[in-house]
Amino acid sequence: MGSLRLVTILLPTIVLLVGSPAFAQSPTYGVGRTPTAEEIRRMDISIGPTGEELPPGRGTAKEGAQVFEQKGCVACHGPAGLGGMAPELQSKKGQDVPIWKRERILPLRSPFATTVWDYIRRGMPAMNEGTLTANEVYSLTAYLLFLNKVIAEDEVLDQQSLPKVKMPIGDDYAKLHEWKPRTPRLEGYPY
Amino acid sequence: MGWKRTSRRELLKASAAVAGGFTLGDIAALQAQAHDHPPTPGSQNDHPMILGSKELTEYGQRSRYVTSVRIAHPIGGRPSPDAFGKQFHIATPLQDSVGVITPSSLHYVATTRGSYMPDIDPKLHTLTIHGLVDQPLTLTMDDLKRFPSVTRLHFIECAGNRHTPQQKTVQETHGMTSCAEWTGVPLSTLLKECGLKGGATWFVAEGAEEVKGASSMPITKAMDDCLIAYGMNGEALRPQNGFPVRLIPPGFEGIFHTKYLRRIKVVDRYYMNYNDFGHLRADPKELALSEQIGPKSVITYPSGGQQLPGRGFYEISGLAWSGGGAIRTVEVSTDGGKKWNLAELKTTPQRMAHVRFGYQWTWDGSATEILSRATDEIGQVQALREQIAQWWNVPVERNYRVPGLDNSIMPWKIAKDGSVTNGLA
Repeated sequence: MGSLRLVTILLPTIVLLVGSPAFAQSPTYGVGRTPTAEEIRRMDISIGPTGEELPPGRGTAKEGAQVFEQKGCVACHGPAGLGGMAPELQSKKGQDVPIWKRERILPLRSPFATTVWDYIRRGMPAMNEGTLTANEVYSLTAYLLFLNKVIAEDEVLDQQSLPKVKMPIGDDYAKLHEWKPRTPRLEGYPY
Repeated sequence: MGWKRTSRRELLKASAAVAGGFTLGDIAALQAQAHDHPPTPGSQNDHPMILGSKELTEYGQRSRYVTSVRIAHPIGGRPSPDAFGKQFHIATPLQDSVGVITPSSLHYVATTRGSYMPDIDPKLHTLTIHGLVDQPLTLTMDDLKRFPSVTRLHFIECAGNRHTPQQKTVQETHGMTSCAEWTGVPLSTLLKECGLKGGATWFVAEGAEEVKGASSMPITKAMDDCLIAYGMNGEALRPQNGFPVRLIPPGFEGIFHTKYLRRIKVVDRYYMNYNDFGHLRADPKELALSEQIGPKSVITYPSGGQQLPGRGFYEISGLAWSGGGAIRTVEVSTDGGKKWNLAELKTTPQRMAHVRFGYQWTWDGSATEILSRATDEIGQVQALREQIAQWWNVPVERNYRVPGLDNSIMPWKIAKDGSVTNGLA
């Protein structure tokens, strides 16, 4: 209690002393508050291609198959991600077919496995979004990547291995040109 | 307390009855028949009278004779609401529009995968800016409204706003664009307040709906003209349009206009969010055409499903807009594209906003085709589907799909009997 109270008293003073003058660009309006690192960690569900925001945890396709049953994914996506009302999650075309001729399935065509992880956590399961544990999300990601023959059934996905997964698309997709204001959307395109 | 309230109510009732000579029951009966109560014969009133009501006092409504409504888009597609009460795509009745402002009640709506509208208490909502900034910032709605505001007209258009030979009306072909007056804080103001770090090249905007829809956008766009909007057409945003706050990146495709905005993360690369995956393309040219919207226009009168009563004078009317800036000129052809005539701009063209155009025309009663063509301030010109196909070096087929957002010219056919139909059909 004692040390906590001390922190409570000292913290605003420290922020006041260190905070404002330390920044090259000090706030102009001073409106709003600085969120704590913990607050930001809790709300930051964006997982970029480097995977730096991934939480600890792990999972395999075998575990993911069980989660897929338990969490009711089957009800919308069908068994093994086929034949449901919701988008299909397993490619029916062979690996010899070029990626752009195969289905537009996230855990197949996405350039990054992190996007699959990010979307499952933020967007699934429908009506109960955001309720899956990190282990469940790693497991489901592994399962869907396995169903699309991107990784092996026993491959463990975690903070380190997930961003390193080689997606079939490789680098074979368009990157946005640098956007500039007051310029045509595509140089040389008259329309 | 209880008895005091009762007695005051009794008193009011009594005094109303005395003052007006009516009992409350009489008033209710009058209200019920107000709409079919004919004018007293011999009086100078030609119409029945609308009785005032609490509802009309507090929040007005249009005449019961004005029945223009939005419809689910596309025709035959997913209904809105669907069986689960989720909203999907809803199109604006452009055929009935006048001026450039779309009433908030008629603004088009789109959701990423079909979505419930979050019922957000603005007192509990916050927007947090973090990532590659010197000092992250969390703002309540009250905080946000303390910053210097700007008010601008901007259109928003959905990438699904494509015209095909199968559609009948302009609501079906072009109803996924709308234009409103937006009020809010420039995103650049907030980012300067936080201080951008070196390497800040992109930002991710995220909404608070159940899928937490998120998109990557260039930081140059944020610093140029993005708006954090809490006001729409003079009042708070509607829930269908992102209450209490949304992002307006003017001229970018609709999906980037993140509703229920709760978080902006400044990052050093394209984040490939799920919404961004929707933009994944093999061809960089096609990708570039899926970010900023091209120059576009459409004639809203006369348009598909409407009927010209006979030969004679008409003012052709329509809307033009561009993601590249303000509209510079609009041309109209009344002979199937042989001759193009400069249209009159009825409103002051503003950057990334609808402009209303008109062209005075006397119809001679013969079958023809009418078209409009927009040119924006940076010189982009709206093209015929044939021209676009030619640029891409592909044959034009009946269902040719224009790469990127479909900004091709829309033809309307006018038959000898004055009926107006889709010129692509």
